Amino acid sequence: MADTDILETQTAATSSVAGIDQSVGDFKYDVKYDFDAGTGLSERTIHYISEVKKEAPWIHEFRLNALKTFLAKPLPTHWATRDLENINFDKIRYYLSQGTKPKRSWDEVPADIKKTFERLGIPEQERKFLAGVEAQFDSEAAYSNIKEVVAKQGVIFLNSSEALRTHPEIFRRWFGKVIPTGDNKFSALNSAVFSGGSFIYVPPGVKVAHPLQAYFRINAENFGQFERTLIIVDEGSEVTYMEGCTAPKFSTTTLHSAVVELVALKGAKIQYITVQNWAPNVFNLVTKRGLAHEEAEIKWIDCNIGSRLTIKYPGVVLRGRKSRGEVISIALANDGQHQDTGAKMVHAADETTSTIVAKSISVGQGRSTYRGLVHIPRHLKGCKNNTECDALLINTNSRTDTYPAITVRGQQHAAQHEASVSKVSEEMIFYMQSRGLTEAQAMSLAVNGFVNDLVRQFPMEYSVELKRLIDLEMEGSVG
Amino acid sequence: MSALPDIQTAAPNGAFTSEMLAAHLAALGHLPKWWLDLKREAWNRFAALPLPQRTNELWRFSNVTGLKLDGYTLPALADLKSQISNFKSPSAGAFPQAATLAFANNRALPGEALPADLREEGVIFEPIETALAGHADLFRQHFMAQPVNLGSEKFAALNAALTTSGAFLYVPRDVELAQPLVVTHVLAGAGSAVFPHTLVILGDNARATLVENFLSADPAEAGFVTGVNDLYAGPGAQLTYVGTQNWSPGTLAFQLNSTVVQRDARVLSLNLHLGGRQSRHESHSRLQGPGAYSEMLALTVAQGAQEFDQRTLQSHQVPNTGSNLLYKNVLLDQARTIFSGLIIVDPDAQKTDAYQSNRNLLLSDEAEANSLPGLEIQANDVRCTHGATSGHVDEEQMFYLKSRGITAAVARELLVFGFFEEVLNKLENEQLHAALRDLIQTKFTH
Repeated sequence: MADTDILETQTAATSSVAGIDQSVGDFKYDVKYDFDAGTGLSERTIHYISEVKKEAPWIHEFRLNALKTFLAKPLPTHWATRDLENINFDKIRYYLSQGTKPKRSWDEVPADIKKTFERLGIPEQERKFLAGVEAQFDSEAAYSNIKEVVAKQGVIFLNSSEALRTHPEIFRRWFGKVIPTGDNKFSALNSAVFSGGSFIYVPPGVKVAHPLQAYFRINAENFGQFERTLIIVDEGSEVTYMEGCTAPKFSTTTLHSAVVELVALKGAKIQYITVQNWAPNVFNLVTKRGLAHEEAEIKWIDCNIGSRLTIKYPGVVLRGRKSRGEVISIALANDGQHQDTGAKMVHAADETTSTIVAKSISVGQGRSTYRGLVHIPRHLKGCKNNTECDALLINTNSRTDTYPAITVRGQQHAAQHEASVSKVSEEMIFYMQSRGLTEAQAMSLAVNGFVNDLVRQFPMEYSVELKRLIDLEMEGSVG
Repeated sequence: MSALPDIQTAAPNGAFTSEMLAAHLAALGHLPKWWLDLKREAWNRFAALPLPQRTNELWRFSNVTGLKLDGYTLPALADLKSQISNFKSPSAGAFPQAATLAFANNRALPGEALPADLREEGVIFEPIETALAGHADLFRQHFMAQPVNLGSEKFAALNAALTTSGAFLYVPRDVELAQPLVVTHVLAGAGSAVFPHTLVILGDNARATLVENFLSADPAEAGFVTGVNDLYAGPGAQLTYVGTQNWSPGTLAFQLNSTVVQRDARVLSLNLHLGGRQSRHESHSRLQGPGAYSEMLALTVAQGAQEFDQRTLQSHQVPNTGSNLLYKNVLLDQARTIFSGLIIVDPDAQKTDAYQSNRNLLLSDEAEANSLPGLEIQANDVRCTHGATSGHVDEEQMFYLKSRGITAAVARELLVFGFFEEVLNKLENEQLHAALRDLIQTKFTH
């Protein structure tokens, strides 16, 4: 292992659930990396990554093809914000690690990295309420462990790079099937340089009682993190997966571009919870999609609080009869932030149903955008979609946009979309102030009330922290 | 007149060649030079702009491959009489009218002139070519003053370059017209291209209702249409505009509408879409004075392989304005509809109250409804909501009607009219309301 030069740039913060409190994440340690692919992206970068990871030839080939697709595709600025043009792909470092094998015990994790995760409270939460944890530091997982009871049920929970080596047969069967390389420019980028991320396989009939968690940490400046997550839940099984992420605030831009594929086989249930709290210099461009087989259910709970620009629309392809898809999306955009989030529902079988509930809050000059796609093709019957989007604007110059696209073919379906935009009512604030609350407290309470019905669906630890974070973001938003 | 180009050419401007423009201008030597210069400039814009691309968000879901411009021609005058002698198409007409204007193949036909008292009050209702010579200042101030910006800039330029027909209406301050004015545009002959242009200016507190009927002389003949329509309601004015589009089923049609609503003015526009093979309708309402209100309504019956492509924009540019959009589509057979609407609330346009709703009733397994209801809000003290639904007829209502001995086909028709009634009810003129119902009815009798 590398000798490390630990340099703490901030004093320790209070413990909190992974990634929710941004102030908790805003610190960095100087780490010396054993493996560094350098800056810029070329075939050499890919040769380097494949060599470090000792990858099979088919993966190497897959990466090279993806690179071609990435280079050939233009930035999607015909619909997305031109802020994307500010990403300088030649200045980014695509691979940084201290080694490719994650540790099974925190004692073995190098001191500098361990200290990072201790400060973020990860080992503590693992003891308290998680069935398994993976902690990724820049390009590779530093720690990955699953509780023995869960492992005994046959559940596989590994870092993706490891899973590619140890379970190539399951991995290869589903890898890139839900989100093909060419889905969009950033899924192609991820396919070219992916590293880390989680791999989960739940065998038939297993209900994993406690959530599995992954924690993603960017530590290095000018860095791009490209984790790849693949979750396969076999017939009749259930799993809940949670991810959190943080990075220190750098003056330069950082890129995070993940691909997450979920496969729910017949009757399976997957719940995927994200609390995104990247620092405000991070471009967060993520593709997430699930494939639901017959009577399966996939639910995305997606909270976006941090980052400079997030572009992310978790989706479900409802391939099996009576499958169900759900997206619950909460976004908070503060000054300088643009949360371009939403959902995609593709109905590809009879009697499939989907629900989208999106709530966004724009503070100061923050901009939140809902973008959605609902597709119900012909020759199907009994498909239903219900979409609700509510936007709350806090300041006079806050901004919100809504861009849904709904296609319904045939007369045997029902789709409905509703959206509203509002501000916090002055009477409500006045009432609370008359009861002794400050204006900021009242505003915070109103915002919490706005998202309360969604937050209640979160695991307890997350909902408490999310409320705290909203309080934090609302400080200084009034007056 | 230039010869028809080879159908095989892939030239983006198809039949619309510079020879066509030269011949067109040569016949307009009696008109002012500024008008001909304006047409040349418009032509240059048309020629320079590309045809819509599939990747253009403003054309999302549209069949852009259907927009080929080959094979059309500016119809010759000589053929007109025989073409409209066997006139078969229905239009909304059975209601009292103050005056009428009619145009066939870009040329004015005799109409019913304004009553003398209205003329004395200063009302102007005449073909644009007459108005641009006689009221040049007023005309130039408003002609295409509002840019077309919802995707069909190229076609708007083509209209300005080639238009010779359409109505100019000016109602001076405080003048109220009790009865509607009616404009009829007829397309005759296969391959004919027509370019209706409408310019309406209402002075302060003026009131008027304008009905425009667009139809083909023979439903069997396919043509090409690009219409442009500019409505301007001055402070306190009230304008009701009804457009009925019933082009032949093979026609490619663009209609590009712009509405400006000034302080305390109200505009209600209702567009009925029945005809055309592929028909695109763009409508942009600009609310420019406090208290301005725009009601945007549309009804569509989409049949066979028809595509109706509707794009709307509600621009709230100052505080205290309102708008309400309700677009209802009925889809049969393999028809497609696209509704793409946007409400933009500018920064500082506080106290905006805007609503947008698209309802699609699908009556066939092969029909397809696309909805893109959008919002862009940059002020916080606003009430903005939108909704879109796509669904089928209520089985219980159907069952009830059938149990009363009504056949399925008739029951379905009744439910369609029930679905449309919410929009038709917004018209205060009952005879006009009834005329529109009769016109819709023609789509259901074979």
